[in-house]
Amino acid sequence: MPNSTPPTHSPNRNLPNGGTEPARKAPDSDAAAAADVLALAQAGDHHAFAQLYALHKRRIYSLCLRMVGNAAEAEDLTQEAFLQLHRKIATFRGDSAFSTWLHRLAINVVLMQLRKKGLSLISLDEAMEPTPEEGPSRSFGAPDLALTGAIDRLALERAVADLPTGYRLIFILHDVEGFEHNEIASMLNCSIGNSKSQLHKARLKLRDAMRAQKRSEEQS
Amino acid sequence: MTGDPGNMSCEEFQAQLSELIGSGEDAAAHPHVQSCERCRALLSDLQTIAEAARQLFPSAEPPDEVWTQIESAINREGK
Repeated sequence: MPNSTPPTHSPNRNLPNGGTEPARKAPDSDAAAAADVLALAQAGDHHAFAQLYALHKRRIYSLCLRMVGNAAEAEDLTQEAFLQLHRKIATFRGDSAFSTWLHRLAINVVLMQLRKKGLSLISLDEAMEPTPEEGPSRSFGAPDLALTGAIDRLALERAVADLPTGYRLIFILHDVEGFEHNEIASMLNCSIGNSKSQLHKARLKLRDAMRAQKRSEEQS
Repeated sequence: MTGDPGNMSCEEFQAQLSELIGSGEDAAAHPHVQSCERCRALLSDLQTIAEAARQLFPSAEPPDEVWTQIESAINREGK
């Protein structure tokens, strides 16, 4: 199989006449080009697979990095996700968007890795059902502890890293990456209502953590 | 639990909040929230966190070596 360098742009986006602006194409045309690349990759075309990698590598690597918080580990997970994609791509039937399907595959790779690291996760279902002690507390605290104003970004990132896996996953997919609840429900094989309520609980847990930090700062 | 949403306690409201949100209802429009500063602050905090999330964990490109390794592994599997 010939080596190939994955292109850095989506197919058919060459600069016109040596110009510096990317060519503007109709969405339908982009979608058709992406579908062509996908069909070629499914048929075993290595260059098309390289194009798929170029199109999706940033989002998949970023998801892995956000979930595990370690660049070397995220690189390994990205590699494994795309190797699994290569093995399974012919089975993609278009029941969901390709990017949703690919994210589901990558999420499973990440969860498997977390299980190997000793977390008691077996499946997406378990990731989505934190134990009662992992759930957020109810909040009847004084309003003067409200998180008014700017939130310390690093503190919030630490709090996200400390979330139980299922909460972290849904918070990252929705609030950080911008997926809609219907897309997340498809990725995680859960209901849209479950996605919404789990996201709410994740935000509550983050609020707990941020309030605890604020309380500790006020006491010191 | 009280039958009147406007008369429920914070505890009662928050106990059903995730279910309320899961059902797609607008929690901010709930009668309890209209009259409860504490629960309004709670929803405001959650909105603040959601908005701050967009600035978290900037996306990143994997190094070129990742593709090189993928390609090598594909070649090995193809043999």
